[in-house]
Amino acid sequence: MSSHEIPEADELPEKRESAEGAVQVSEDPFADPGMPPHEHRKQDIDERAAQRSERTVALLFTSSMVATIAFIAAYVAIPVDKYIYVFPIGHISALNFALGLTLGVALFGIGAGAVHWARTLMSDVEIADERHPIEASPEVKAKVMEDFRAGAAESGFGRRKLARNTLFGALALVPLSGLVLLRDLGPMPGTKLRHTKWAKGKLLMNQNTMQPLRPEDIIVGSLTPALPEGLEEDQHDFQTEIAKAALMLVRLQPENIKDKRELEWSHDGIVAFSKICTHVGCPINLYEQQTHHVLCPCHQSTFDLSDGGRVIFGPAGHALPQLRITVNDEGYLEAMGDFSEPVGPAFWERG
Amino acid sequence: MSTARDNDAQRRGKAPAGERVADWADSRLGIYSLAKANMRKIFPDHWSFMLGEVALYSFIIIILTGVYLTLFFHPSMSEVVYHGPYEPMQGVRMSEAFASTLDISFEVRGGLLIRQIHHWAALIFLAAMFVHMMRVFFTGAFRKPREINWLFGFLLFFLGMLTGFTGYSLPDDLLSGTGLRFIEGVFLSVPVIGTYITMFVYGGEFPGTDLIARLYPVHVLLLPGIMLGLLVAHLILVFYHKHTQYPGAGKTNKNVVGMPLLPVYMAKAGGFFFLVFAVIAVLSAIATINPIWTIGPYRPDQVSTGAQPDWYMGFAEGLVRVMPGWEINIWGHTLVLGVFIPIVLFPVVLLAMGVYPFIESWITGDKREHHILDRPRNAPTRTAFGVAWLTAYFVMLVGGGNDLWATHFHLSINSITWFVRIGFFLGPVLAFIATRRICLGLQRRDRDKVLHGRETGIIKRLPHGEFVEVHEPLSQEQLHTLTQHEQPKPYEVGPEVDENGVARKIKGSQKLRAKLSKSYYGEQAQIPKPTREEYQEITSGHGHH
Repeated sequence: MSSHEIPEADELPEKRESAEGAVQVSEDPFADPGMPPHEHRKQDIDERAAQRSERTVALLFTSSMVATIAFIAAYVAIPVDKYIYVFPIGHISALNFALGLTLGVALFGIGAGAVHWARTLMSDVEIADERHPIEASPEVKAKVMEDFRAGAAESGFGRRKLARNTLFGALALVPLSGLVLLRDLGPMPGTKLRHTKWAKGKLLMNQNTMQPLRPEDIIVGSLTPALPEGLEEDQHDFQTEIAKAALMLVRLQPENIKDKRELEWSHDGIVAFSKICTHVGCPINLYEQQTHHVLCPCHQSTFDLSDGGRVIFGPAGHALPQLRITVNDEGYLEAMGDFSEPVGPAFWERG
Repeated sequence: MSTARDNDAQRRGKAPAGERVADWADSRLGIYSLAKANMRKIFPDHWSFMLGEVALYSFIIIILTGVYLTLFFHPSMSEVVYHGPYEPMQGVRMSEAFASTLDISFEVRGGLLIRQIHHWAALIFLAAMFVHMMRVFFTGAFRKPREINWLFGFLLFFLGMLTGFTGYSLPDDLLSGTGLRFIEGVFLSVPVIGTYITMFVYGGEFPGTDLIARLYPVHVLLLPGIMLGLLVAHLILVFYHKHTQYPGAGKTNKNVVGMPLLPVYMAKAGGFFFLVFAVIAVLSAIATINPIWTIGPYRPDQVSTGAQPDWYMGFAEGLVRVMPGWEINIWGHTLVLGVFIPIVLFPVVLLAMGVYPFIESWITGDKREHHILDRPRNAPTRTAFGVAWLTAYFVMLVGGGNDLWATHFHLSINSITWFVRIGFFLGPVLAFIATRRICLGLQRRDRDKVLHGRETGIIKRLPHGEFVEVHEPLSQEQLHTLTQHEQPKPYEVGPEVDENGVARKIKGSQKLRAKLSKSYYGEQAQIPKPTREEYQEITSGHGHH
């Protein structure tokens, strides 16, 4: 028992244990018996056991040293592009495997050694320390209050109202400079989200061959992605433009198209819809041939391409925009204009 | 005076080097006063106190490995064509950010290991904070004087999620880019100013060319800087308040029983840092995390299936996935409730945990300091609330992975979504009721154990043929542990009329408080603990079993 123990008469364990013991128990069976006596570990009484523990600790530290040397050796010896087969993980980088394991062992040796040392050789006598209330004593509080009043009075903060209020005004205004500085973080939205690269007469390009698509390229049962003519990968704004203009084509039987406008905007059963999900903008890439449903893999919004791109499941809020297409004189598919509504997720000004 | 100084000088002349250095530092920094209060500081021992340590150490590991990664990472969206050693990506167009992440993984020796340690440590950091927070919650360790420290911890958890998200977005791979597109949709859903936020954050339309360069300082400087400050404050308060302890023999609200910082805790906690680091290093050697080379660079018109955020974002993901797609169009404007509601709910649900200590102290009216931890069963309403919250959290985690549940367990995604929608509201209620009942059952069992002793499993046959189980009386230590908790009376608003028969004004908030207080301390929330008389009556009698 430490000398710190606070003097709570009936809680002082030594007293109860030594002097009153069993008598006290019968008086209050639930009273705190005080800290249990310290039980010696083997290492506390047997020096040979303690020496064995020390050797274990030293062995752990030594294994850490060996592992560090192995780490350096692996770093130097194993080529960065060597791959090995490790059961059951598979083919992995030999260097990563070796560095990770040796580093792990080096760290484990130090950690386990220190913990074993603490558990077996350092004192395990529990000590009680007293706590003090966090709040200040009334005298301290009174002194602080007095100091504060004196300081506040000397500042004239309450009396000089003109100075105070103009200070508040100045402090309230000055952050506006910082706010104004943020203006050039980006452009005003304007109507940017309403337009895409699509326009009347733009050909629908195959995104792999970069050749214009013909109606016969669109086969039943598959989802064909398409880009607007003139949009190429090496253009600096390619990512931003494709984020809006991505298009997918499917071929349906015209009699299967339930929506009248969709039929009008299609060509020979080929319908073109925005590939950008109207929920939060993931590209849609799963097509179910039998039902003509497309699914966004991010949040599982499902749209019916035979029914005007209507949402039939999931968190999307409105139908996929359709692109009106036709075939030009040379037999290539082309757009008859831009999308008639903004593509992608909804926003306040969308309406 | 002069004598004292002479003596001092004499002594200093002979003092060992370490002491002279300490003297030098003390006369400038006052370290001896600091050491006097802290060097032999007592820390109670319990496995559950290690959870916070895991969080602390993984944070340090993240900082160390993160600094290394900044030496090789290029936070740029400029496009390059890859010509590195990784064959499948030869000639592929990608951002510099993605290309430099490939370099770290395939060209820098040990780069892959550090990258994987960084990412694994981040997952473990968040998980450790979560579990640590639950330990603190269920044991009532957040009570006065530790409410502020609970808030610091809560903020660390929340900022940890943001830091994790901004971190895994940096490589600009197809998966994380999809996450950033999702965030664009979230910003766009904000009423009135949504499109402006989007343009300002992305520097124009999504994805633009600025985002990675902007996320980078947020991830490596702003957020970790704030977190480091909060972490230091969190630890200072742990020292200042002194650690809580579980009830037991010799442990009171006015003491702290355990081992001193020097040497036991320094060795144990210091050693434990290496153990945590070792586990993460081995994990990173054998388990690949975030293999961006198989995912590929980001392109807004491409996506992979089974897209999942890191686990700590799963809750937000679930909210977004199961929310019905409500959109309201009026006066030429669109309210995107299907996205905006879940994204507001996300912090609000977390905040319910954050402000809980203040709500509980208002209900109970308990303004005393608490340093002895509650056994969760003895605070049934709090425990039930915590389990209800966890239920909502994990139901949403299921919602966040609804596609994986569907494919792995051959379930309909439609039915999973409906299960989550209903479960989010019903699950917590059922969990609340069940948890309270279990807590009360455990309280009854404690009472039974105190009065009748421990079941020994030994069956005895009495002379007249009856079989009884022998119960062994508990030690005084056990009796004390099982009965030391308080059973306060619920708060009451008092009589509705005063002594003159005039109706008193009772505020609605007072009535609410009384009602809630009853649910905390009323008859149905507490099994009266055995009194000394009951105990003596039973133990002095004969033939009790």
